[in-house]
Amino acid sequence: MKKRSYMKKGILIVIGIVLALIFVAPVLLLINSSFKSLQEIYIDILALPQKFTLNNYIQAFEQMDFLPSLVNSLLITVLSTVLILLVSSMAAWVLVRYKTRSSKVLFLVFSSALLIPFQCVMLPLVDVMSKLNLMNRPGLIFMYVGFGCSMSIVLFHGFIKNIPAELEEAATIDGCNMFQTFFTIVIPLLKGIMATVAVINVMWIWNDFLLPSLVINKNGMQTLPLRTYLFFGQYSKKWDLATAALVLCMIPIIIFYLSCQKYIVKGITAGAGK
Amino acid sequence: MNRSKKGFWIFIFPALFAFTVVQVIPTLMGIGYSFTDWNGIGTTKNFVGLKNYITTLTDDALFRQAFVFTFLFSICAVISVNVIGFALALLVTQKIKGANLLRGIFFMPNLIGGILLGFTWQFIFVQVFEAVGETFNISWLQGWLTDQKTGFIGLLILVTWQLSGYMMMIYIAQIQNIPDSVLEAAKIDGATGWKRLKSIIFPLMMPAFTIGLFLSISNSFKLFDQNLSLTGGGPVNSTQMLALNIYNTAFGENRFGLAQSKAVIFMIVVMAISIIQLTVTKKREVEA
Repeated sequence: MKKRSYMKKGILIVIGIVLALIFVAPVLLLINSSFKSLQEIYIDILALPQKFTLNNYIQAFEQMDFLPSLVNSLLITVLSTVLILLVSSMAAWVLVRYKTRSSKVLFLVFSSALLIPFQCVMLPLVDVMSKLNLMNRPGLIFMYVGFGCSMSIVLFHGFIKNIPAELEEAATIDGCNMFQTFFTIVIPLLKGIMATVAVINVMWIWNDFLLPSLVINKNGMQTLPLRTYLFFGQYSKKWDLATAALVLCMIPIIIFYLSCQKYIVKGITAGAGK
Repeated sequence: MNRSKKGFWIFIFPALFAFTVVQVIPTLMGIGYSFTDWNGIGTTKNFVGLKNYITTLTDDALFRQAFVFTFLFSICAVISVNVIGFALALLVTQKIKGANLLRGIFFMPNLIGGILLGFTWQFIFVQVFEAVGETFNISWLQGWLTDQKTGFIGLLILVTWQLSGYMMMIYIAQIQNIPDSVLEAAKIDGATGWKRLKSIIFPLMMPAFTIGLFLSISNSFKLFDQNLSLTGGGPVNSTQMLALNIYNTAFGENRFGLAQSKAVIFMIVVMAISIIQLTVTKKREVEA
């Protein structure tokens, strides 16, 4: 019996290793080619690089304006996420604490909007935004708040429901107004869910392509996914540079994953449940 | 607690304002525009009644092809993503060494955005497959993404690679929720292996299947970035999915009204499928 279970474990580990190799293979092949010259890639795509050089990276870094695009992506992602966290937690708090009809109806409207596909909104949205002169970065951030708040409100709503209201009531009796109560009592209680909601929004906004491509597709304003797409239009046959560019774009994601792994896993399961 | 009506509206206003301007008004406008001949450039929008819908449904071979492609693709993707995701979840919840590392690796692709993924796999299919196929004389590895069949399978491999780790995470959470006592009792009653999986684990997994199916259906039905960057819908529009078809109708042909009518049909289909699926799987959920 014991021997059999060792055997079984051994087999499972082997299966796990093989599957893991299949999963990482595309990225490993990408990294391998990113250190090779174009000629080397064409001669033998699987061979290791002849001599180690960062040449492809230096060129890709410059030609895709990596640094400005990275800064743009960071700026847009961080600002949008912070605003989404603020307005959604405020809205969710009153939606939970006020048990009125308008509060119930509004919550239903916010959550049912999750079913509307982006394609249905995109053309009129661009129309409205260009009339408001908001086809720029602040406009994009505003749109992310509009899109992001429905999911975030649903998540905050589910969490706040389970917090007893006594503390808040005590604060009110002590003379706190709504803002003081919210920022000094409620926000500290929301720390855990804040991280989860933040991670969900960061992952979505960082990788988003279609919305920024409609709104800020101008030189100097582009985010990383936009830049990557343009870069491929120009260098589609130059796989030496292209592979280096792809690896460059994956680095920030990997750093984010390794530093926030705990919250990402939580975010995935929480976001999915709604 | 002294709760003023004013306070309620002050707190909800910022979110409600952005939400209304960005989602509510455009959705309503979009439904309205679908009855016009708007071309996206000029300001004239003439009411044309149901003409766009009739054109879309009866006289648009590309839309029909995109619809069939999307539908078949979604069925295949939902099956492969969930079966593999569930298998991975079973694997990493066994008490084996390195299970956490495996979990991290399987989940990783899900964080990489669709555009990057598409180009990465384009490299694999067009460069690596081709080169390996030539070297070892394997004909089925050559010419990937040059016809509809390999485009379809390529897209399927990409999406499976991306999403199965995501489904795995959801299934892991549910598997860990199954009380050990239930599994012990089953063991004592002689239920092992497949039997245990079928009559104990599957029924208790239903809540997670509801979520897993919902997410994989809506993700594959609405697929855009991956479609755009892997095949661009080509060759000759043969791998174009619905979202890309709508995009091309608007920005390629400048027929915004027509595109909008497709988008409304798209929305109705997405909502109908999601609601049907949720009611069907919800019914089968049981308590442990």
